[in-house]
Amino acid sequence: MRVRICFTKHGKVRFTSHRDVARIFQRALRRAGLPVAYSQGFSPRPKIAFGLALSTGHSSDAEYLDIDLDPERINGIEMGDLPARLTNELPQGMAVTAAVTVDRQTASLQQAVTSCTWQIDVVDIDADTVAGAVARVLAAENLVVTRERKGRKVVDDLRPGVLSLDVEGPIEAEQANGGGVRLIAELATQPRALRVSELLGALDPPLIEHRVLRLHQWTMNETDDRQRSSPLDAASSTPVGAT
Amino acid sequence: MSASLWPRLENLLPQVQKPARYIGCEQGAQTPTHGAGIVSWLLTYPDTYEIGLPNQGLQILYEILNERDDAAAERAYSPWTDLEALLRRERLPLFSVDTHRPAGDFDVIAFNLSAELTYTNLLNCIDLAGVPIHSDSRSDDDPLIGVGGHCTYNPEPIAEFVDFVVLGDGEEVVGEITELLRDWKRTGRPGGSRSPLLREMSKIAGVYVPSMYQVAYSGGFIAEVTPRYGDVPATVEKRTVADLGDWPYPKKQLVPLTEVVHDRLSVEVFRGCTRGCRFCQAGMITRPVRERPAEQVRAMISEGLTRTGYDEVALTSLSTADFSGIEQVIGETVSDAGCDQVSVALPSLRVDAFTVGIAAQIQRARRTGLTFAPEAGSWRMRQVINKLIREEDLYGAVESAYSQGWRRMKLYFMTGLPTETDEDTLGIAELARNCVALGRSHHSSPSVTVSVGGFVPKPFTPFQWFGQNTVVELSRKIGLLRDDLRRTRGVQLKWHDPKATLAEGITSRGDRRLGPVIEYVWRRGGTFQEWSEHFNYDLWLEAMAVNGCDVDWYVHRHRREDEVLSWDHLSAGLHKDFLWQDWRDSLNELGLEDCRWTPCYDCGACTGYGIEHVVASASPPAGGSQGTGVDLTGGGAVPVVLAQRPRGSEALNGADTRRGARVAS
Repeated sequence: MRVRICFTKHGKVRFTSHRDVARIFQRALRRAGLPVAYSQGFSPRPKIAFGLALSTGHSSDAEYLDIDLDPERINGIEMGDLPARLTNELPQGMAVTAAVTVDRQTASLQQAVTSCTWQIDVVDIDADTVAGAVARVLAAENLVVTRERKGRKVVDDLRPGVLSLDVEGPIEAEQANGGGVRLIAELATQPRALRVSELLGALDPPLIEHRVLRLHQWTMNETDDRQRSSPLDAASSTPVGAT
Repeated sequence: MSASLWPRLENLLPQVQKPARYIGCEQGAQTPTHGAGIVSWLLTYPDTYEIGLPNQGLQILYEILNERDDAAAERAYSPWTDLEALLRRERLPLFSVDTHRPAGDFDVIAFNLSAELTYTNLLNCIDLAGVPIHSDSRSDDDPLIGVGGHCTYNPEPIAEFVDFVVLGDGEEVVGEITELLRDWKRTGRPGGSRSPLLREMSKIAGVYVPSMYQVAYSGGFIAEVTPRYGDVPATVEKRTVADLGDWPYPKKQLVPLTEVVHDRLSVEVFRGCTRGCRFCQAGMITRPVRERPAEQVRAMISEGLTRTGYDEVALTSLSTADFSGIEQVIGETVSDAGCDQVSVALPSLRVDAFTVGIAAQIQRARRTGLTFAPEAGSWRMRQVINKLIREEDLYGAVESAYSQGWRRMKLYFMTGLPTETDEDTLGIAELARNCVALGRSHHSSPSVTVSVGGFVPKPFTPFQWFGQNTVVELSRKIGLLRDDLRRTRGVQLKWHDPKATLAEGITSRGDRRLGPVIEYVWRRGGTFQEWSEHFNYDLWLEAMAVNGCDVDWYVHRHRREDEVLSWDHLSAGLHKDFLWQDWRDSLNELGLEDCRWTPCYDCGACTGYGIEHVVASASPPAGGSQGTGVDLTGGGAVPVVLAQRPRGSEALNGADTRRGARVAS
């Protein structure tokens, strides 16, 4: 049985890496007594699959994880309790907010997610400068960057990956002398994920992130490709506990 | 009470490598309350979080102190160089990872010293805490700087930087120190009370306060070390917990969120070792053997696995297969765990086929590699060091391992041992070649990694009088092995840098005159000297020369019987004449049996403190010959005493109750 969960990552624990989060979940699942299925073979591994990696230091309201549970050992476990049960075993700042069972044929998180919505705070910069940089990139037809990939120069156009970019307004940030500005961006993850730092670095003038929060991950609706939805709303999913 | 530094730190962490090292938040981490009636301890490991977090000593004291109403304990580790630079630029101090409180706000900053090359990091942490590095420059408001751990059996090189030193097991003494400090805090820490406080502290058994002692020199040698006051003890004895069963700690082992070394549950099954390996400081200073009751071991394993979510447990001790009923404990652990994929690690194993059998029982999956430590290449050499492993034991172990599915062996050796000849050194290559040959009958490409480290003589061992080999000599011996093994397929040779071995040798048996040397290295940026990318050999030599300290005198010189050693005013319970006799026996290639199962030879560790071995089994465990030349594979037999000390050596024999045994090969 495959369970897809949504979890959050806030506060101090945001400085753990993607690999750390995998380790944290492996142990939390064991402590919670949830019977995770193991791979066969010489070196058995728990069958859990993460979606897009969150950069170390970024917070998130919307991380996802697929867990395969061993159907033979699942008896007696009240699936409706799963979010609370797992949250109880996670470090402060991480919580499981929802869980659904999904069909094994459901596309993996890596394949299914097509874009993410980000809340990006930049500080020590005036609002007009930020607004100018945002307006310029939205007006541009392309946003060409050259980057090094495996020792070779690669030219990339980031503009198609910027699905939306808005200035939400000023913020007050501690330790910031000149105040700050909050941006909301929706960035594509297919064919490759556009990173927040990449976008900010390509703006004119370049901006430097202060705090970044992933607000949503989006999947395309299988029947209507203009309709986006949460990875928990995949066509074949059922809320856990429902029979 | 100052506020948490977190709001300022979190703006720096995006700029450093592996920021999760600095956030705390581990399962089992505590956020204790601080206050007027509470003595606050910052337990600090002076190396990175990855190395320091798993340290069991700090975790044990962390729990014991936090269980007290009058104490609060948090933890700190050395920040890596990138964060250190940012902290200094932003004028931020060393901080605790639990509540991110400034180190200077604690009453005590207590360091675990497990390796001499961390001494410059000790200075760096004290300085980063905003505390003067010299004990005599500190004011009444500064935290007390304490140290514990194996290095503190010769704390003289760092004497001027620390306020107090704890010798031996810390479980009981931290409470006694807390009570003294609690009463002192109640008096409002009046001006000028720091020195009288330290004088009181020096009366607690196991606590050494270097500033209460003066050292007199004569002709470059130490003439005597004497207490400054009549009520300060002339000799400081180590502390020993009589029964490990009274201290089932850690009860809530910390589960880190990020990668660390030894990332698994650890259960200490016994403390102390009387195998009597003469190079081994740990075996000498932690005597007598105190086994944890098997029932408690089982409970700690099963509760620990359930609570932590770990899928691996290490049974820790020296020579773990010596634990009474080891097979039963392991069998039960593996079967209790059922299908939950728990593996058991035994980091310290004797070399024989029996222990491989144990390993096979616990590593059902993942048979990647096995490690053995014969330590020396010839039987003669192994009698000198009293690591009584016969070649048959090693080959039996290796044959058994290959036949049960392991493909890679790692063999640990030392070079630069007393009386070592080139023949002994080349014996290492010979053993490795023979092990690969044994593997060929089981696999097409067996592999043996030979790891060679230079020997550093340590205080409170029979080799404390031995002059360490020079860098040139150690390099030559490693060169011999490289040449000899160059065309041997299947053997990889790895070695420890002889220059780092020298630096360790300087501090291992140094005296108070080395304080300025350590300070010199630290002031010129010589931190993280345990890390090969940061180790700076030339800086150590320069520091020695500038401060008028002769490397040859401190490191390479053989010491004489009548010399006052810089640690002679401290005691690990061992009689100095026992150690001297064992040193002479060593030179005569005489083995000494394990006293757990044979009569006492009065080393002093039990008799001096009125304690004794706590060992459940009256006979030694099964396995190999254990150096006796007698087949002990069936177990249960008491090894016979093989030969008396040869005639002519009686003159060397200080204690007639002891018997040497020449062991037939």
